Amino acid sequence: MSYSISLTVNGDQRRVELDDPRVTLLDLLRERLDLTGTKKGCDRGQCGACTVLVDGRRVNSCLSLAVTLDGADITTIEGLADGDTLHPVQAAFIEHDGFQCGYCTPGQIMSAVGLISEGHAGEDPERVREGMSGNLCRCAAYHGITEAVIDATRRMAETSERKSA
Amino acid sequence: MNKMDTSFPTVINGPLHADRRHDSAHKHVAGSADYIDDMPEPSGMLHAAIGMTDRAHAIITSMDLSAVESAPGVVAVLTAKDFPVNDVSSAHKHDEPVLTDKLVEFHGQPAFVVIAETRAAARQAARRARIEYEDLPAILSVAEAKAAGGKFVTEPLTLKRGDADTALAQAPKRIKGQMEVGGQEHFYLEGHISIAIPGEDDEMTIWASTQHPSEIQHMVAHVLEVPSNAVTVFVRRMGGGFGGKETQGNQFAAIAAVAARKLKRAIKIRLDRDEDMTATGKRHDFVIDYDLGFDEDGRIHGVKAEFAARCGFSADLSGPVTDRALFHVDNAYFYPHVEVKSLPLKTNTVSNTAFRGFGGPQGCVGAERFMEEIAYALGKDPLDVRMANFYGEPGSDRVLTPYHQTVEDNIMPRLVAELAEKTDYRKRREEIIAFNKSSRVIRKGIALTPVKFGISFTMTAFNQAGALVHVYQDGSIHLNHGGTEMGQGLYTKVAQVIADCFQVDLDRVKITATTTGKVPNTSATAASSGTDLNGMAAYDAARQIKERLVAFAADKWKVPEADVEFLPNRVRVGTDIIPFPDFINQAYFARIQLSAAGFYKTPEIHWNRATGQGRPFYYFSYGASVSEVSVDTLTGEYIVNRADVLHDVGHSLNPAIDKGQVEGGFIQGMGWLTTEELWWDGKGRLRTHAPSTYKIPLASDKPEIFNVELAEWSVNKLPTIGRSKAVGEPPLVLPISVVEAISMAVASVADYRQCPRIDTPTTPERVLMAIERLKTA
Repeated sequence: MSYSISLTVNGDQRRVELDDPRVTLLDLLRERLDLTGTKKGCDRGQCGACTVLVDGRRVNSCLSLAVTLDGADITTIEGLADGDTLHPVQAAFIEHDGFQCGYCTPGQIMSAVGLISEGHAGEDPERVREGMSGNLCRCAAYHGITEAVIDATRRMAETSERKSA
Repeated sequence: MNKMDTSFPTVINGPLHADRRHDSAHKHVAGSADYIDDMPEPSGMLHAAIGMTDRAHAIITSMDLSAVESAPGVVAVLTAKDFPVNDVSSAHKHDEPVLTDKLVEFHGQPAFVVIAETRAAARQAARRARIEYEDLPAILSVAEAKAAGGKFVTEPLTLKRGDADTALAQAPKRIKGQMEVGGQEHFYLEGHISIAIPGEDDEMTIWASTQHPSEIQHMVAHVLEVPSNAVTVFVRRMGGGFGGKETQGNQFAAIAAVAARKLKRAIKIRLDRDEDMTATGKRHDFVIDYDLGFDEDGRIHGVKAEFAARCGFSADLSGPVTDRALFHVDNAYFYPHVEVKSLPLKTNTVSNTAFRGFGGPQGCVGAERFMEEIAYALGKDPLDVRMANFYGEPGSDRVLTPYHQTVEDNIMPRLVAELAEKTDYRKRREEIIAFNKSSRVIRKGIALTPVKFGISFTMTAFNQAGALVHVYQDGSIHLNHGGTEMGQGLYTKVAQVIADCFQVDLDRVKITATTTGKVPNTSATAASSGTDLNGMAAYDAARQIKERLVAFAADKWKVPEADVEFLPNRVRVGTDIIPFPDFINQAYFARIQLSAAGFYKTPEIHWNRATGQGRPFYYFSYGASVSEVSVDTLTGEYIVNRADVLHDVGHSLNPAIDKGQVEGGFIQGMGWLTTEELWWDGKGRLRTHAPSTYKIPLASDKPEIFNVELAEWSVNKLPTIGRSKAVGEPPLVLPISVVEAISMAVASVADYRQCPRIDTPTTPERVLMAIERLKTA
């Protein structure tokens, strides 16, 4: 039996034939669409390394079945930058040293982008830490991660103010 | 000839001692840094999955794999019979088979391997095995091992100086106690993975997530029965290592290699997370029995202690790990008379292994418990007891360690005094004591604890490293060395060394994947030694090339060698200024060799394990932290309100990277000591085999206020690379202050008259039990 879905991945329309309804979004991205920036850490929704945006909301792609995502709009770490210009969250992670080994970083960044757009945390460090607590960083670069998210939040707010002004 | 000096910068981009971002920073945030599972797969590649046993100690009476073999997508099933050399013992004790077909020694020990078209097919097929067992009695804990007579996986060690028995008998005060110190799962975000690609004749190429490519090379050669020169191992980066990839990848590389040879196809093996947590070793947990003699001032007269470790079923690195625990039983303190011994006990659990600190942190936890015991017994501020016992200044009669090495670089008194003053420790402690008097439920605690950590592999031979540096005709530089990158920034720091040597911008130096083909016979990237060893080896390679270049320039331009100078991105020869690429190009045409292999071995160190004497460490790193916590005495839950760290990395090669190591080490150590609890059930099954049940620190666990500073005044007294000091492991010891702050909050319920003796990890459950124990005492 085969299942056909179409979704938008980083702005590109993709039509995918699935031979198995159990394929996760994570495996679809990594193994069939060659988007290996999204990482597999625990494969059971507990570490956050596989975080992507589905219709703008952050999800653990290892827990999402691809067949349920017909028509969805997916953004992965590869789709965040605008050409050579990094997304403000990506730039802030570099500036604030928000990683060491880098393996959790794509998930951290996607989670941060989701968190900022949810708008609940603002620039409050405690809320940011709480909002990012679904993403494990074993190197424990949490100090830099928190600073990066707050800084990016500030910068993105300034940019949107300028645009609306 | 270009004499327009003004067009050049006065300093290169990326010199030594400057903040520089991680070399892969851009790739990390863009998702384009390839880990092994991200690399394009060779055509025809197959996937391997392990089949695991489910007994802690048993004899396999039958193994029916027919349903595995007939599962969809399965290409082959391998058992012990397929491994003519069924041995991946890192300790060379032949106690670690790749696969077992008879004796099961821990729950989860691999018994077979499935090779299939996809990873999912291999994993699903592995579940279909029918294995029958005859159970044997299982020894799971230190207590059970001791009760059963205490079989060792390797030889124990005793360190002895003076006469501890007499000192204890004559000391004005004496305390005996016991402490349990828990283990720790590495939880590198990238699990174990290997790809084996068969080549011509007996050749095999391995990509492995490993801290020790040379050992993977030797193990693969060993199981394939080919010489080492047939095997080439590569690793560009790991998604975390923390010691878990020092020896634990051997088994999986061996499986991939043997399957690849047999099937003549590339093989990839990547463990699932709970397989990884079940089947690979962890930090050793210890039971420490201690006997302390001291006086009214809190000064120690004598110490006797026994460090019993749960080593698991095989030796692996348990010998050097338990040795290092003893090397740190003094932490920062002078013991006039001391006798300590290790008990590396065999248990029917997974074989414990290296983990950041390598036994050292467990030794330090013991030392800090000693100080805490004495402080509560005397009603003193534990900081005063610590200061009374610090090693003396060089030249004093309080400088000899239990292993008879003299402490020659002691900066602890200055470092601790600065930290205590900067953090207002004394005043805050008074305020907390006052707060606790009137606070019914929430109690606070504060503690300052130090760390002194010995730097060098205690196996003297491992303290060597190599590097390979090529300068190409266009002036670009290729750098390779034996160290591996696991996020610690080693590649960046060594590249800074090379940029600094040649005085060229950092982006002119290409950092390349670690491989046994370029630099042979390397040691593991471990023991915090990566930069010390590989930085010096790279420096040596650059020195050789520079000497040839200087001789060439002196000869060609007819100037004294002293008149040849490497300036930022250019070379001055007499009064001529030549851009670096032009200079190199001219050297090429003059047939100057522009490539060199560098080498370094740490001087002065030696160690005689039989006598327990020597100088195992080249130098010591120092640090200290102050932590403040609030404990809910009704639930045992707590938060870390504030932590301040002052840490010594000598003259830092890259303060940004070093600070990251200190911050991360602190939090990872805090996880080990507070929330990370490994739990085996009565049948020897690890029940904490995923982050759902094993609690690793989250962003929300970071101390609310977290100030980390490097001791900027510190310079390594010895000629290390740039006079820096190692940074990887020592910071993991810093958060002992969190444990002791929790302990103080708990002690407040009994007016600080009793040492709470909380074992680690100090889970809320254990904290609550300690509170209840003290209330009823």
